[in-house]
Amino acid sequence: MAIREDVLVVGGGIAGVTAALAAAESGAQVRLLSHKKSTLRQASGLIDVLGAIGGVAPIADPFAAVDDLPDGHPYRVVGADAIRDGLDLFDGAVGDAYAGAHTDRNALVLTHGGTIKPTARYPKSVAPGLASVEKRTLLVGFAGLTDFDAPTAAAHLGAAGVPFDIDGATVPFPVEFRDDALTTRFAKALDGDESNARTRLVEAVAEELDGHERVGFPAMLGDQNESTVRAELEDRLGAAVFEIPTGPPSLLGLRLEDLLYDALDEAGVRISSGNPAVSYEASDRRIDAVLVDQRGREVPYGAEEFVLATGGLVGKGIDSDRESVTEPIFGCHIPHPADRYEWSEREAFGAHAFARFGVVPDGDLRPVDESGGNEFENLRAAGGVLGGADTAREKSAAGVSLATGAYAGRRAGEEATQ
Amino acid sequence: MSDAENSPPTEPTERRAQPGESSFDSAFEPVSVFGDESTMDLRPGADNCYKCSVCDTTCPVAAVDDDFPGPKFQGPEQWRLKRKEGSEIDDSIMSCSNCMRCDDACPSSVPLSQMHNTARGEYVDEQMDTLSIEYLRNRILANYRTSAWIASKVPRIANFAMNFGPGRWLMEKAMGVTNEREFPAFATQTFRAWWGERGGADASRQNAREARERRGDPVDAEKKVAYFHGCYSNYNTPEVAKALVRVFESFGYEIVAPEQRCSGTPMFANGMLADAERAAEVNVSSFSDLVEQGYDAVASCTSCSMAIKQEYPELFDIDGIDDVAANTFEALEYLRIQEDLEAEIAEASVDEQSFAYHAPCHARNQGLDRQALELFRGLDGVAVEDVGDSCSGISGTYGWKAEKYETSMKIGEDMFEHMHDAAGDVGMTECPTCAMQMEHGTGYEIKHPLQLLEEALC
Repeated sequence: MAIREDVLVVGGGIAGVTAALAAAESGAQVRLLSHKKSTLRQASGLIDVLGAIGGVAPIADPFAAVDDLPDGHPYRVVGADAIRDGLDLFDGAVGDAYAGAHTDRNALVLTHGGTIKPTARYPKSVAPGLASVEKRTLLVGFAGLTDFDAPTAAAHLGAAGVPFDIDGATVPFPVEFRDDALTTRFAKALDGDESNARTRLVEAVAEELDGHERVGFPAMLGDQNESTVRAELEDRLGAAVFEIPTGPPSLLGLRLEDLLYDALDEAGVRISSGNPAVSYEASDRRIDAVLVDQRGREVPYGAEEFVLATGGLVGKGIDSDRESVTEPIFGCHIPHPADRYEWSEREAFGAHAFARFGVVPDGDLRPVDESGGNEFENLRAAGGVLGGADTAREKSAAGVSLATGAYAGRRAGEEATQ
Repeated sequence: MSDAENSPPTEPTERRAQPGESSFDSAFEPVSVFGDESTMDLRPGADNCYKCSVCDTTCPVAAVDDDFPGPKFQGPEQWRLKRKEGSEIDDSIMSCSNCMRCDDACPSSVPLSQMHNTARGEYVDEQMDTLSIEYLRNRILANYRTSAWIASKVPRIANFAMNFGPGRWLMEKAMGVTNEREFPAFATQTFRAWWGERGGADASRQNAREARERRGDPVDAEKKVAYFHGCYSNYNTPEVAKALVRVFESFGYEIVAPEQRCSGTPMFANGMLADAERAAEVNVSSFSDLVEQGYDAVASCTSCSMAIKQEYPELFDIDGIDDVAANTFEALEYLRIQEDLEAEIAEASVDEQSFAYHAPCHARNQGLDRQALELFRGLDGVAVEDVGDSCSGISGTYGWKAEKYETSMKIGEDMFEHMHDAAGDVGMTECPTCAMQMEHGTGYEIKHPLQLLEEALC
């Protein structure tokens, strides 16, 4: 087989990227397979490790809380050291674009919905807006931008009892776009300072400033030149300026995707993106190749060691129909109640069983079958495809991906280069 | 005409629970009441869209044209609006350049380009005045092969005439073909003429056999490819087609160059689906016989391979179409699957040279955007630098339209800038029209990866 590496990672999200970086550190030749453009552009750009357990939030120190998680949770499998390892890899990959590495404790970030989110790492542009910093705060939204209503978000945060005064104002964006303009369009206008956009934005916000010490904008203050834009706004407003993470398409997610993929390039990881992995070839419980559907033809991608990092139900690493729940590439065992009415709770935000569906790992993150034996000797799983965590409720998705990605990638690299 | 004309069922068509009958007692299956598999039902595409708008952020046209509503509108939203009787397709569909980047961006597998192609086809068929200059211009541009065929009979005269100043001025004024670009030169000898003169398939069989002997491969190995050269490497850049022939023969592959028409790419982009289907029928018929005989099809143009692999089976129902689609490959893709290209490259070396490489959007969508970079990284003497993931902006015939020229150049700005920043002053890409744009924006000479592979291995 012609396309062959030491380690093949299937999946292009945070778990896959982390696994690939970890494997490459061991000296292995690594290829990352990704079906579509990375879904990081859907993500907030925040790196949550553990924000809540059993619906109780916020957790102050995620490391100290790991032991409170249920048995079988991925954090219990790989341990707090793996979380640190994953965060170290992340910090190395993104350099000084992120903050939060100075402490084990969660930071509290303001969201565009007017809530507070506990998180472990956050973009530098978000840092001046942390809820723990007691400064009179003004949130500024743009007229016509439906995703963020500054007065509502400010009212929510005020009602939640943030320890500072907070107000919201809506100003017209200095460049006129059509009604449902793209968030990237706002960013680009500030990036390129189109029609003196920065000056005119400063003028519009200055009228609302009224003694506020910091100003938060939805995260679209530039794409390539974000730090320049923000520095200029701070300088001319005489107030700290920060970004508020948004929903998709998220500029913070796009920037994170760029940072991580640059790190992959730097580490010499090969990337194939655009076609789905659909099946595999194996002999004696060892996988020889993953089969990739290149528009109708299944092409084998060979390796010594494999990492499955295809995501959960939303990421399509786990598939389900009305009868059963499956892992579509390798057919790994996913335990689930036979009666599908037991898959969910009545409450929309309840502790749904489906949220914890996923492959069951052994202590080395190798998926096991129904009888507890390894599905394959050379397959490890990382990220959302692993069962046992309700990452949305726990606010642990990125952390689980980092910790298990780092562990699985390192082990795969070690085994492949032995 | 394609299934696109049969309006997809919008009402539940079968297995409705009868009054008084409990739906759970019957075979009623509420999740699959829409459509049957013989018609093109795009409802699942519309329903799968959860409005994340990520497609819009990857759309190169929307990035520079504030009035273009983007792929989410052109696809799922327009499809839904069309359910209402009497509603028309919005004319902005003609501003979509069919780069198909949105397909690759969608996390929910909405068949965006398929939806755009069918909407554009419907717009052109039902709403565009077929006597208008725009229709005529688009039809001529889409049927490039016809013009090229005529020009190839008198290439020197054509090269003069096509870039004759007053003529070009008139073409812009009367036809809306931009006067800013220089028409690509027609080769004095087409690839097919060269191929015939060289001895065609018989000569190739002989060359391949000798190569297999030299390589120590089994002499009777089944290494056979059918070459889809497309129009451009036949009429304009036969050096690319010749490079493919020599590289494949050096690996012991026998080549045939069967009868073929345009792949259909420019026709899709102009909504001329009937023209595209006629071309596809010829191509599928000619290649499916060969596929049955054990040939694989290879293309040197990434838009040609894209059309055959994805657009044909998505849009047309032609006998053998799925087999042809499944057995068609881009040239480098094929060699990387079949041969240890990496090892061959590691042993080769060429004179020192640097390239500024641009991955065409259609290569990107086939997952091939990194293969040339990855491969040539191991070639002694060569530095290939990626000029970023932006679109070149020309998108085939798009950038040739006077009213689209400015948009096209705005999209290309990023690429031009990165090309200037790159160390090399020779460009590299797989797509002939991206190559035109790269040359137009920088003045660089542009090569195809197969030409470098030929230099390294032949």
